[in-house]
Amino acid sequence: MLSSQRFRFDGESTDSETTMYPAPFRYHRAGSADEAISLLAELGDGARPLAGGQTLLVWMKLRFDEPTDLVDIARIPNLSSIEHDDHQVRIGALATHGRIAASPLARLIPIVHDCANGIADRQVRSRGTIGGSLAAGDPSCDWPALLHTLDAEVLCQGPDGERTIGIGDFVEDLYATALQEGELVTGIRFALPPARSAGAYVGFKRCAPAYPTASAGVQLTLAEDADTCADVRIALGSAGLTPIHATAAEAELRGQALNETTIERAAEAAVAASDPVDDQRGSPAFKRAMLRVLVRRAVGIAIRRCNGESVEHSHEYY
Amino acid sequence: MGKQLITLTVNGDEYELAVASHHTLLDVLRNQIGLTGTKRGCTAGSCGVCTVNGERGEAILSCLSLAVEWDGRSVTTIEGIRQGGELHPVQQAFLEYGAVQCGFCTPGVVMSAKALLDVTTSPSEDQINEALAGAICRCTGHIKIKKAVRAAAAVMRDNEARDDG
Ligand SMILES: Cc1cc2nc3c(=O)[nH]c(=O)nc-3n(C[C@H](O)[C@H](O)[C@H](O)COP(=O)(O)OP(=O)(O)OC[C@H]3O[C@@H](n4cnc5c(N)ncnc54)[C@H](O)[C@@H]3O)c2cc1C
Repeated sequence: MLSSQRFRFDGESTDSETTMYPAPFRYHRAGSADEAISLLAELGDGARPLAGGQTLLVWMKLRFDEPTDLVDIARIPNLSSIEHDDHQVRIGALATHGRIAASPLARLIPIVHDCANGIADRQVRSRGTIGGSLAAGDPSCDWPALLHTLDAEVLCQGPDGERTIGIGDFVEDLYATALQEGELVTGIRFALPPARSAGAYVGFKRCAPAYPTASAGVQLTLAEDADTCADVRIALGSAGLTPIHATAAEAELRGQALNETTIERAAEAAVAASDPVDDQRGSPAFKRAMLRVLVRRAVGIAIRRCNGESVEHSHEYY
Repeated sequence: MGKQLITLTVNGDEYELAVASHHTLLDVLRNQIGLTGTKRGCTAGSCGVCTVNGERGEAILSCLSLAVEWDGRSVTTIEGIRQGGELHPVQQAFLEYGAVQCGFCTPGVVMSAKALLDVTTSPSEDQINEALAGAICRCTGHIKIKKAVRAAAAVMRDNEARDDG
């Protein structure tokens, strides 16, 4: 939605004199996805959907975005379910980070808990949604990196109907997604990980109410022998202008024995694929050093979880 | 961009208010209703001093929520947590343990602790840390605050046992 704009936003720069109020706008509340879509079409390119507001209201206070109209979608029913069957997981766009973290799904798939529960603090998790986190196109957000790790699909609905976009095609650039004007994310889905598959998502953070300095997600499937990597997906967050799907790192592990050497090679390949920006969370060199450790840790936890160990994990703080 | 009429219940009292769409729940609580216990800090979600409890008792940031979003809903602020004229066990424990220095962060910390203890009165150390991670005290530190929260939890457990028995 912000595809015409290119700005660098660091979520922690705040100046209370200028961030007190967003600029005025008109507020509308949609009762259904259809109503939101027609409102957005009617109101034109100054209109934005408002979900949890945990990104958008900060952007507006900082004048990174100045919508003429907000269409509140947070009360639309049926867009916040968290469900799965034997094959597939589906999460509605309006499911909050907090509800996802506390859901049976997060117990079943620990990497989902790592991500959801590691986002900011309880206050932000009470309001912020998975759909908003995706639509923001913010490389510091955790869900886009996690959903790359799980090879998810994004379910969208707009004036031209419904469509499904692979996560790799969804995030296009810094703050730019494949969403057309007036199109909503209605949910996400991904395949339920098979037996002998487990993952871990590890972020390196300064404190809870701060975005990660860097993060790594690993979903690993062990072969029958339990020592060989049958399949793996690795993605990095806060490591460039978009989440990074580290295919070269995956190639270092797929079909290989899992040991110090192969894991280190994978971590190096992941770092080589990253392109972190210089900001107040750290220099590119610092972030690369962190990414290397994070990939190794995430692989280590994923292996332990594949072997049935319960690893309560949360992010690393410094 | 005129004002919008909303009905907002704060601490059990219903208010009919004409609010500007770009004003936050925090603005309306403090400037229109006059409940200034909820503090204005960074106004961008980082400090947690504006924390209040939403419909389900959950901790939320009143600086990152528009007042119009709360039309027809209810919130609880620090002014509304006394029970039958007595301080809430969390407030009482903060006094007893000296968990307050300048006091600016206190309402946000207390509302964060209350959100936790309303869900469980036997929180683990991790749960306490996690619940308080979004409300940062920058002068007295968190040791006394955590002691006070543990003490409040114990009082609330006793109250529950008494009510059950
Ligand atoms: C202090 C603080 C710390 C934070 N730390 C983290 C962190 O560590 N990790 C992290 O991942 N996030 C963090 N966040 C961001 C938080 O996760 C947000 O909840 C999330 O990024 C956006 O979700 P939202 O529902 O609040 O979206 P909103 O703010 O309502 O919207 C964000 C953008 O997406 C659009 N949008 C929203 N929903 C939809 C939809 N369904 N379809 C189409 N467009 C939509 C809006 O128009 C807007 O452009 C933090 C936020 C704060 C304030």
